[in-house]
Amino acid sequence: MIRLSETQRMLSPRNGALPGLSGLIRGLNVDGPLLGGLLLIAAFGLLVLYSASGENSGLLVNQAVRLGVALAAMLIVAQLPPDFLRRWTPWAYIAGLALLVLVLTRGDVGQGARRWLDIGVRFQPSEAMKLAVPMMTAWFLHDRQIPPRFSHLAIIAVLIAIPTYLIAKQPDLGTSLLIAASGVIVVFLAGMSFRLILGLGVMAIPGALAVWNFMLDYQKQRVLTLLNPDSDPLGAGYNIIQSKIAIGSGGLFGKGWTNGSQAHLEFLPERHTDFIFAVLGEEFGLFGVLSLLALYMFVIGRGLYIAVQAHDTYSRLLAGSISLTFLVYVFVNTAMVTGLVPVVGVPLPLVSFGGTSMVTLMAGFGILMSIHSHRKLLPH
Amino acid sequence: MSLLSPIKDHHSERRLFIGRAVAASVISFVLLGTVIARLVQLQVFDHELFTEKSQGNRLRIEAVPPIRGLVFDRKGRVIAENLPAYQLELVPEQVGDIDDTLQRLAALELIESDDIPRFKELSRSGQQFKPVTLKFSLTDEEIANFAIQRPRFPGVDFQPRLVRHYPHGELFAHAVGYVGAVSTNDLQRLDPARYAGTSHTGKTGIERSFENDLHGGAGFRHVITNATGRQVPADSSELLDSLPMDEASSPGANIYTSLDLDLQRVAHAALDGRRGSIVALDPTTGEILALVSAPAFDPNLFAIGMSSGQYNELQNNPDRPLFNRAVLGTYPPGSTIKPVLALAALETGATNLTRKTVCIGYFQLEGNEHRYRDWRPEGHGPVDLNDAIGQSCDVYFYEISGDLGIDNMHDYLTRFGLGSQTGIDVLGERPGLVPSREWKRNNFSDRDNQRWYHGETVIASIGQGFMLSTPLQLATIAATLSTRGQRYRPHMVAAIEDPLSGERRMIHPESLGHVQISNAFYWDNVLEAMHDVLQGPQGTARATGVGAPYEMAGKSGTAQIISIAQGATYNEEEIEERQRDHALFISFAPISDPRIAVAVIVENGSSGSGVAAPIAKAVMDEYLGFGDDTTK
Repeated sequence: MIRLSETQRMLSPRNGALPGLSGLIRGLNVDGPLLGGLLLIAAFGLLVLYSASGENSGLLVNQAVRLGVALAAMLIVAQLPPDFLRRWTPWAYIAGLALLVLVLTRGDVGQGARRWLDIGVRFQPSEAMKLAVPMMTAWFLHDRQIPPRFSHLAIIAVLIAIPTYLIAKQPDLGTSLLIAASGVIVVFLAGMSFRLILGLGVMAIPGALAVWNFMLDYQKQRVLTLLNPDSDPLGAGYNIIQSKIAIGSGGLFGKGWTNGSQAHLEFLPERHTDFIFAVLGEEFGLFGVLSLLALYMFVIGRGLYIAVQAHDTYSRLLAGSISLTFLVYVFVNTAMVTGLVPVVGVPLPLVSFGGTSMVTLMAGFGILMSIHSHRKLLPH
Repeated sequence: MSLLSPIKDHHSERRLFIGRAVAASVISFVLLGTVIARLVQLQVFDHELFTEKSQGNRLRIEAVPPIRGLVFDRKGRVIAENLPAYQLELVPEQVGDIDDTLQRLAALELIESDDIPRFKELSRSGQQFKPVTLKFSLTDEEIANFAIQRPRFPGVDFQPRLVRHYPHGELFAHAVGYVGAVSTNDLQRLDPARYAGTSHTGKTGIERSFENDLHGGAGFRHVITNATGRQVPADSSELLDSLPMDEASSPGANIYTSLDLDLQRVAHAALDGRRGSIVALDPTTGEILALVSAPAFDPNLFAIGMSSGQYNELQNNPDRPLFNRAVLGTYPPGSTIKPVLALAALETGATNLTRKTVCIGYFQLEGNEHRYRDWRPEGHGPVDLNDAIGQSCDVYFYEISGDLGIDNMHDYLTRFGLGSQTGIDVLGERPGLVPSREWKRNNFSDRDNQRWYHGETVIASIGQGFMLSTPLQLATIAATLSTRGQRYRPHMVAAIEDPLSGERRMIHPESLGHVQISNAFYWDNVLEAMHDVLQGPQGTARATGVGAPYEMAGKSGTAQIISIAQGATYNEEEIEERQRDHALFISFAPISDPRIAVAVIVENGSSGSGVAAPIAKAVMDEYLGFGDDTTK
């Protein structure tokens, strides 16, 4: 019988014979606080979804099943050590690019865009790129000097630009911008100089004008509508007007669960998908939305903590990017529903109805858990 | 695997990362802070505004139509009411194939095939959940038939509602009028807020003229609707926190008319299917006791809706049943104005009570060969003014017309109310026409026609030529003669009752002034002459008046509608029915205490005394209590 010292026990958590739930969690490479936060958000989400879907229990079960699949994906990813992930990153990235090209050439068309690929299972390759792009960016910087040199930044720019362009071409402007953001966040966390950021920001103005020209009419319309939703109250501005009415009429404590008149009388469009935050605001009031935002901030904070605790560049940058991209999702959706940014098709993570993005999201948190549980404890 | 890459300084790299993570956190807080600030703005500061907007979103105000007021006769008997009836409705969104459904309904004779395109258009244009009314009032038989077929007609059903009903059918079709479906034309004059829930509005007669009183005030109620405007079931009303109170509709006022159901029935029956009109009024108040225009129609057809085929039939009927002859029909008054002209001639000195003329059957103006005929070709022999009225001698009036002159004729006829609206309380009456020099000047473009000719004065003296009057005007002439000059505005509505308080607003008689004749003796003579018409030994209508239990006065008239060629004889048999003269009669009774004045016109009736006078008497008999009870 070999007696393990306390240090040894700490160093080899997977072999630990710790009893009970915490032992199980650690044994599965799961981060308790992160999982707790995610489950609380998902539970809150199911509650709101039940009301938003018009008390449709079938839809609720459907979403719960998707959540289960996503949790399974998270668990599986959590078992993959960061080194393993890092080694396979370039191949994942190249495979992702190949799939994106395949989508553009022979993908399925749905709702006026070519986003789906059917290879036995139907899925959106752009979802995989949500993880592949920050992984690739982190992989590139892993062996290189930090903060990155300008030449390296140029290469990274190309690495980000290719998938961004391919996805924008589908067209899926919202997703392509979010994917670009996830790569840019890596570079920011890697210490890209603020002077350069400022310079790029200035250069972004003509870039934005170029993007405007690149945008399709309906996308331009969304931007114009945001600036003046009342100009077209029954057309493009309708969503924003109705969701503002829903949130505003919710007040401090809301109208009560399943009592939101905006949602239940069908004034609010997309109420169980992109605009579910408005249902939350209407039925649970400011108190409800702040609670959800607090949960989100807890998850993001935990993610950043894991990133700071990580021991190699790849893990650190990837964990930071995943956490902050999650924040971007939350921000874009809530800002869109409250009329702060144009309507882009971004769901509220873990709350909006829909499956593919949830699997990607939870797989991302699986990476975070893997990074945290596989970190090597060294004395500092 | 080496933990430390040679070119990396892990500590500084970690410090750098922490710095960046902190910066990212700050940015995150700023971003989420912006959202939170926005949420506070929406949910705290603008909360009331958005609450109001969300209330407005889900609440729709729906009009509740009022119940239309009832119409009664002078004895309180109902002549217009509201009855529950079933209407056939189609909800477009619930019907699969609207075309096919309408075809099959037509096959069941529930709708007419001619109306299918109209219903198709209505089904397409409106909101898909709003029912389209296919038929306003179903008979019991139709309800029974459709009930069996209903499973074959998803989206088609019958619904109860109140429908206007006229229990006496065509009897009051012209006096009371009718209601019909609100048309786009109606909407231009009606207050849309008051009529939001109303399907029918008064179209003619009292129903139209007293629409404002009869309609009542619309109420409203709140209904919860979803984004498409569809009403959601009442159990969702728990969604409503605080609702403004619904307001019940206020029923329309009840109208008590001066019409007498029995008298109206007798008058209608007396016309016996002939085209014509009868107006009876109380000369001491102007209250109209009976107002008949024949042929009439069933006003219920308009209230319950009829097919376009039925409507076209009514419209194109050559007897014009929809035309209210009593106030719209204008006829030459013929000899019925002789009493008025007699008074005018006496008052102006154009004649006197002793002047006699030898009637030889015709009259000629000096230096003119044209013969103005008397209705009796052999003439009346020597006649004074009383004889001229009693026997209706035309030649006497031809002779005095020169001295009387058109200006005086116009003056006195106008004083009695001819040539202008009587002011009756229903809309649309015609003023008729009393010609004058001025009128000719203004209404003819041709210089020759602008002159007034002496010959025109001659024929005006027996109420022919340009002169036109309505049956209503002739009734007021009779009334004014009976009261020796006192005129009242004719009216059908005697009182308006608030159905809730029972309070009645009485419509009091309105004097229109007094026709002044300086010598009461003139009145005595003219009225005596009118008495002779019916009850004198030589009166034109003595066959009607003889043996009556009360004293009556009257004057017959015949309105030529074709002119007879010079030298030709008048042969009734040879003239087509529709080209025969109109028969007219005005009368009143009892002479000493007049209670009723009547004017009768029988189109193409040929003889005023022979055809119109017995009708007038039947009406007076009934009103004065000497009626034949079997007509009731």
